[in-house]
Amino acid sequence: MRPLDLDYMLGLVPVLLKYVPLTLAMASVAMVLALVLASLMAIIRVMKVPVLDGFTRFFISFFRGTPLLVQLFLFYYGLPQVFSFLTAINGVTAAVMGLTLHFAAYMAESIRAAIVGVDRSQWEASLSVGMTTAQMMRRIILPQAARVAAPTLVNYFVDMIKSTSLAFTLGVTELMGATQKEAAGSFLYFEAFILVALIYWAIVETLTVLQRRLEIRLGKAHAR
Amino acid sequence: MISVRGLTKRYGANTVLDGIDLDIGEGERVAVIGSSGTGKSTLLRCLNFLEKPDEGDIRIGDISVDARTASAAEQRRVRRHTSFVFQNYALFANKTALENIAEGLITVRGWPKEEAHARARDILSTIGLADRGESYPAALSGGQQQRVGIGRAMAADAELMLIDEPTSALDPEWIDEVLQLLKKIADARQTMLIVTHEMQFARDIADRVIFMDGGRIIEQGPPAHMFKDPSDPRTRAFLRKVL
Repeated sequence: MRPLDLDYMLGLVPVLLKYVPLTLAMASVAMVLALVLASLMAIIRVMKVPVLDGFTRFFISFFRGTPLLVQLFLFYYGLPQVFSFLTAINGVTAAVMGLTLHFAAYMAESIRAAIVGVDRSQWEASLSVGMTTAQMMRRIILPQAARVAAPTLVNYFVDMIKSTSLAFTLGVTELMGATQKEAAGSFLYFEAFILVALIYWAIVETLTVLQRRLEIRLGKAHAR
Repeated sequence: MISVRGLTKRYGANTVLDGIDLDIGEGERVAVIGSSGTGKSTLLRCLNFLEKPDEGDIRIGDISVDARTASAAEQRRVRRHTSFVFQNYALFANKTALENIAEGLITVRGWPKEEAHARARDILSTIGLADRGESYPAALSGGQQQRVGIGRAMAADAELMLIDEPTSALDPEWIDEVLQLLKKIADARQTMLIVTHEMQFARDIADRVIFMDGGRIIEQGPPAHMFKDPSDPRTRAFLRKVL
């Protein structure tokens, strides 16, 4: 066993940290878009909206049923060959698009389950005061579903942050891509990859702290 | 003036409401009594379109709907004119007591938040919960929750208040405070249709008592007549069991 090159690792820290913002940006944008898309799909599924319900089922089935890596390659390398207007698409955009659609499919099912779990009386009370379905969803049902779905959704966000590393396969120099390049230059693969693992881990742990705060906030109506 | 004609509700082959005709005058307080499963709650729920009636006409003040063709907008209009008090309170779990009362004013009637909250605070005093406005339903007792439920219905300022077994889900210790509040509202001549198993209460507050059986109105009249000298043998049999 050779000793770790700690000096190399220490020097690499600031180099890699520069790429953290891009990783977080890709994950955050994809998360927000996925949340919106997933909520829409969940509502469509719950309300059994004609036509759209069938389309949503198909969408969820496809994006849950195929590997994320395959989807990313399809978006970045495949689709531009068929649709020429997509040739201008860059790796970051393709990655965000892929992450959004992939995770929206999973999140839609979690949100749907959370909506269905909201007590029937909440729907009736909303309707009885004269709310429209949209008002009922926005003001009463979704906020309550959010509390139930929050831990699962944060889990997906964690997964999403880590999955941004796949953007490296689309030629994006993000955290993983940068590490790969550094390692290829120094041949210190263990140092580089254990360091990037620690960085991902630290990001996720920070998020876990925020998750606890979020859950306390969402749960305040249920504290006695 | 509320007028209902031929209100019918079926679940498959089972007719739960069998052509109900009912007129309720302004300020009239009507109690509905009868055994479980005779269509009392369904009648209230159909009047609020929580269940969609299969047939019938509902007229409330100047609005009139045919149940068979009622659009979503028409159903909402009927709901705005008929407030509902639920057996299980059904308070919005993510809203405080104050917000529960103000919610319909803000969302449905488009009041500015400050005005709606001011009105809600007035109502909180009326229902004796002025100091619990910031409490969430989970932190309130059953009796307090039902009083907020009644407060929410009061805020709607509706032509007709539909009250569905308001004390049936309550522990005995909370029943009295809820009945007292309802008495207060009845004394203010709020038009109401109340399904209740509290016969003494029905006798106290109602101008008219309706006895239902098998999805039909069997007999109706002033409480003095209904409780002392009902004409129909089915009413007599029911009252013998519960009084």
